[in-house]
Amino acid sequence: MQRRQLLLYGAAGAGVLGLTLFVGWWRVDGPGAPEPKGQRPLPLSAMEFRLTDHEENEVGPGNLIGRPTMVFFGFTYCPDVCPTTLSDISGWLEELGDEASEMNVVFITVDPERDTVEAMAEYVGYFHPVIRGWTGPEDQIARAAEGFRASYERVPTEGGDYTMNHTASVFLFDAKGELVTMIDYHEPREFAVPKIRRALTEDVEGAT
Amino acid sequence: MTKRSYINGLPLVLLLSGMSTPAFAGSEDVVVENAWSRASIGVNRPGAAYMTVRNTGEDAVTLTGLATPLAMMPEIHESKTNSDGVSSMAPAGEITIEPGQSVALEPGGLHAMLMKLQEPMTEGENFPLTLTFSDGGKVTVEVPILGIAARGPEG
Ligand SMILES: [Cu+2]
Repeated sequence: MQRRQLLLYGAAGAGVLGLTLFVGWWRVDGPGAPEPKGQRPLPLSAMEFRLTDHEENEVGPGNLIGRPTMVFFGFTYCPDVCPTTLSDISGWLEELGDEASEMNVVFITVDPERDTVEAMAEYVGYFHPVIRGWTGPEDQIARAAEGFRASYERVPTEGGDYTMNHTASVFLFDAKGELVTMIDYHEPREFAVPKIRRALTEDVEGAT
Repeated sequence: MTKRSYINGLPLVLLLSGMSTPAFAGSEDVVVENAWSRASIGVNRPGAAYMTVRNTGEDAVTLTGLATPLAMMPEIHESKTNSDGVSSMAPAGEITIEPGQSVALEPGGLHAMLMKLQEPMTEGENFPLTLTFSDGGKVTVEVPILGIAARGPEG
């Protein structure tokens, strides 16, 4: 403790201004900039996976480029977090009104064993009509999750069933497929809806 | 159904509501508010119910378990989201509520996890859910079943 403090004072003595500037850069733009999650998802253009949507269409990351996109992972056997996320998103989309129809909103299952195309179709049908459900072979789900830097894990439960731990954040991309931001699970609507609006306008403002 | 209501100070409100089975000191002062749940698709997926459990008494109470004819394995669970944004869910164990305090079972946190449903949870219906306390007392509430996309007790 004593030694660490001494070192700190030493560093401060060596150049308070330089250190302050460095710390400022580190926190704001540098590697120390706050990342809500571990790693940043790739741009959609750099992802590669093939899945099937709830209407049996072949889909992949390429289908999402051209419009702002909201993506999240979950599974339909999830009793708490996933229906909550889906109903939160449905609420945000309602608040956006007509703008919602200018977006891709995709729910990717992390439990393809139980979440067949039919299961996804039935499930998403209970939420906002813009929401699409994507499923597919396990290896393709894994590639999708890798692209988004999302994680998931199968966990056995007492009853002989299993549940899935999974990334619950919502990913927002602009129309070019670049990540705009993420919405944390449980983020209040006052913060979520403006973030979505940012994704909706980013392609205009961000055009160079 | 131990009827020990004569012992002392049973709140009138619970007598009138008829929703509580009074028992030893503590759990007769428990009030459950704003219970709700979401409809299920069939019986293969587990359900979840939410409510606020308020201890209006002067002794701490400990919620130890759940029972309902709707599900063979009802259990209090807790969902957690870690700093990497990964959500997980696990049995919450016993929950102690201090006098005057309440515990909220709400989306994304504590919930009454309804595993092994015996019948589908149908929107517009109700089901009874019994909360069991460490003093042997039980409190039964009727839980309304709302739509799958419900966000709270108001729908
Ligand atoms: Cu649970």
